[in-house]
Amino acid sequence: MNYQALLTQMLEATLMSLRIFFVTLIFSLPLGLLVAKGRMTKVRLINLPVRLYILLMRGTPLMLQLLFFFYALKPLFGIQLDRVLAAEVAFVLNYAAYFAEIFRGGIEGIPRGQHEAAKVLGFTRGQTFFRIILPQVVKHIIPPMGNEFITLVKDTSLAQVIGIVELLKVTSNWVSSAVNMTPLVIAGAFYLVMNGAVTRFFTMAENRLNYYR
Amino acid sequence: MHILTAKDICKSFDGTKVLNGISIEVTKGQVLAIIGPSGSGKSTMLRCVTQLETVDSGEITICGDTLVKNDGNGRAVYSDKAACSKIGLHIGLVFQNFNLFPHLSVMQNITEAPIRVLRRSKAEAEAAAKELLQKMDLADKADAYPCQLSGGQQQRVSIARALAMNPDILFFDEPTSALDPELTGEILKVIRELAAEHMTMVVVTHEMKFARDVADYVVFMDNGTIVEQGNPEQLFGNTQNDRTKAFLSRFNEN
Repeated sequence: MNYQALLTQMLEATLMSLRIFFVTLIFSLPLGLLVAKGRMTKVRLINLPVRLYILLMRGTPLMLQLLFFFYALKPLFGIQLDRVLAAEVAFVLNYAAYFAEIFRGGIEGIPRGQHEAAKVLGFTRGQTFFRIILPQVVKHIIPPMGNEFITLVKDTSLAQVIGIVELLKVTSNWVSSAVNMTPLVIAGAFYLVMNGAVTRFFTMAENRLNYYR
Repeated sequence: MHILTAKDICKSFDGTKVLNGISIEVTKGQVLAIIGPSGSGKSTMLRCVTQLETVDSGEITICGDTLVKNDGNGRAVYSDKAACSKIGLHIGLVFQNFNLFPHLSVMQNITEAPIRVLRRSKAEAEAAAKELLQKMDLADKADAYPCQLSGGQQQRVSIARALAMNPDILFFDEPTSALDPELTGEILKVIRELAAEHMTMVVVTHEMKFARDVADYVVFMDNGTIVEQGNPEQLFGNTQNDRTKAFLSRFNEN
């Protein structure tokens, strides 16, 4: 087996996995916050569609959603996304739904007294949310967020169903053509390194926010 | 001059009448104590005048500005949002559970609102906060976080936080009820000092001796109504109403 070619291809494919990972986070975190807000509003016109969206995203396989955004938009709406964009749209929309529920749990877990104190002091709703509530939410949602980030690293492998060459796709190509299991071990190590970094990031964040209870 | 006038305040929660026609008045420099058994509506009354709850009917005027009044059908109509916010700036509220912001230092807890809401400069806000901390005997705690402080210290920070907004009237919602008995004294001392400086205050309290010593006027509430009111000598020394007598005698037993 040509290890140099194997590793070069695996590293390139890892870049694709990382790209999906970061693009998903950059867009789905703010979107998730927005969705959480929509999920919590009493305005039914917003609340009901948001609930339906969350149900669809969490209730169907991410793999199905990937296939949908690559294959189904053309016959339905005449739009053809390129593979990577379709994957990114699917990942962003899917993860935003999960993040929204985590944000919601965090926001609803903040004692009512915090809102009341802020209101009596004259803070606007925006100031209350961004200066008082959100910083406390971030601390409380670190553990479930860690779970999601780690899952996302591994979920990037699903993108291969619409023909994207990411880490696990390259690996399985090599495994089947060379009939050699070594690439699987290497891929496993790659995922572990990435998630090791994610874990370390969350440990650091947790330590940083440890100054208060 | 009247700082607070509340007239005929009614408030129900899910059909249960919690406030049944409460009227109170507070003039400048006056200390009003509201006493009464749990569930009598004392805290709800405070929450209504501090805009944490809305009233069903009645009138509230703070520093000459009308917060809410009745329409022709006797239903409460609030002033517009801007007016309500402006009225909110006249008042300060000290909570039973302090409600300090745990992620902010003591200094930030006190200066955040003056800087963001009153648009004070940071230097100005911090100078004022230092003075308040000095007054609260917490000068060395400016950089501490709430979780590092005792309950009594936290409550003093929350009083400083309210005072930093220069309110015309300060409300206390059972300010010592969440504290160990040995810590209540330090809070009562602070309120006494504020009273000596003629700070206008309304204190909901279970500390009868404190109410008797410090208040200019005492209101006894039960079941959402004011059962008896008067100056402390009258109310405690020459109690008229049987319910008030029964309530006060329970305190004298212990």
